[in-house]
Amino acid sequence: MANPCAIAGIGQTRHASQRADVSIAGLVREAALRALEDAALTFADIDAVVIGKAPDMFEGVMMPELMLADALGAAGKPMLRVHTAGSVGGSTALVAASLVQAGIHERVLTVAFEKQSESDAMWALAPKIPFQPTVVAGAGGYFAPHIRAYIRRSGAPLDIGMRVALKDRLNALRNPYAHLHQEDITLEQIAQSPMLWDPIRYAETCPSSDGACAMVLVSEQAARSAPHRPAWVHASAMRSEPTMFAGRDQVNPRAGQECAAAVYHQAGITDPRREIDAAEIYVPFSWYEPMWMENLGFAPEGTGWRMTLEGATAFDGDLPVNPSGGVLSSNPIGASGMLRFAEAAMQVRGQAGEHQVDGAKRALGHAYGGGSQFFAMWIVGSEKP
Amino acid sequence: MSEQVYGIKVPIRLDYTYVVGTAPARFLRGLAQGKIVGQRCPSCAKVYVPPRGSCPTCGVPTRDDVALSDKGIVTTFCVVNIPFAGSAVKAPYVSASVLLDGADIPLFHLLQEVATEDVRMGMRVEAVWVPNDELQPSMNSIRYFRPTGEPDAPFESFKEHL
Ligand SMILES: [Zn+2]
Repeated sequence: MANPCAIAGIGQTRHASQRADVSIAGLVREAALRALEDAALTFADIDAVVIGKAPDMFEGVMMPELMLADALGAAGKPMLRVHTAGSVGGSTALVAASLVQAGIHERVLTVAFEKQSESDAMWALAPKIPFQPTVVAGAGGYFAPHIRAYIRRSGAPLDIGMRVALKDRLNALRNPYAHLHQEDITLEQIAQSPMLWDPIRYAETCPSSDGACAMVLVSEQAARSAPHRPAWVHASAMRSEPTMFAGRDQVNPRAGQECAAAVYHQAGITDPRREIDAAEIYVPFSWYEPMWMENLGFAPEGTGWRMTLEGATAFDGDLPVNPSGGVLSSNPIGASGMLRFAEAAMQVRGQAGEHQVDGAKRALGHAYGGGSQFFAMWIVGSEKP
Repeated sequence: MSEQVYGIKVPIRLDYTYVVGTAPARFLRGLAQGKIVGQRCPSCAKVYVPPRGSCPTCGVPTRDDVALSDKGIVTTFCVVNIPFAGSAVKAPYVSASVLLDGADIPLFHLLQEVATEDVRMGMRVEAVWVPNDELQPSMNSIRYFRPTGEPDAPFESFKEHL
């Protein structure tokens, strides 16, 4: 049996298209210091640091963890870097949690970041490889065909993606850290925004953000001296699948289904839609909300879009999805997964302020990456499991 | 008052020698002859193109070469309306997932000689090759795919490849 692991501190930066006021080191420190303050700890109290970000190709800084060791107080301590593409923020948190669950460390600081203003993600995601012409334009070019396949398979009305975008942008107005605060956004504006990667419109894509997120994960013993109520890890899982194989289902990937089944099993959940109070899931393109509703078992295959249409995933719905505004409102890529995990924990700690879901006791944090190849999830609760 | 300096541009470039391995080398040599070569898994019989030398599902080596047609169907696609650095073509264009006849996994390629709004899932397409004297061991030997004008393939016939 794993030891209990508590989330005693959470911090995030203000996310923006360009945080010219800080370096990468300054950005990660901003989140780390907020998480430490929340836990009433200092760098000196931390036993190990686990850091994650998207591939080095983005900012063009090879192994930034080396130059960030001193900024994060890691001198003389174990420091490790996790790599799982877009899901990295989630898997970084899970690696950090496992160090506590295994009884190796008492207090682990985990941090994830991206400084997209210093990066060219479109270029980094349009690789020249000998087997294919350079026609895949960034992440949107990769995911658009799968969205088209979802629409065809499910028969979803064409405005579902726009409804998701509107909902998440309105939720972001409740989140002071969110990158996008679009006060007067309307469905019509979204409909009229340029079609970038048909069927993905500009307003249905995530922004490009600078930002970081950090958490202090502690043992049961260390949680006793935390000043604020912690969240508890009830379940955690990661799953992977090959980049390509015949019959691979990228609309409803098997690795995602199995990862979800694993966390529900660990948490003793049999009816996720009823038993989970809020979900922070990785939706970089609006249509991924209904797709992941099905993949995560919240809706039968082909019907996830009904949850969006009926308002089930809205802030006042029966399963609020991305009350923080989600990836569609802030996307510091490497940090985006950790933000989902941290926002889930904030909900069960009752710490989410204006976007607090009333009485949330159990929440899901979800991240995916690498062309739907890696999945990371955790379920956190207000009570010790 | 001096102007604040936030950053400087330091462009990087990366040239690398890609070691293709035996199976992809056969595929690339095939392209230099105007042919598309895949490989069949001895265990599940799925045909992979480009072949990687092993079946990702069964974990066994694939040794049987399969000559594939240069015709196939568009399983799904994206209309790219946004220009980006390093793009091979001018936007708007269609990047399509093309399932060649006889293959079990789609290739990604450019689709041309058709208006973007006329592209459909299930559309029959064929490769347009460069002239013989320009063939090379590269995917660039196929300039793009274009519609054949044959009737569309039914959704059921390719839904396993989405
Ligand atoms: Zn096989």
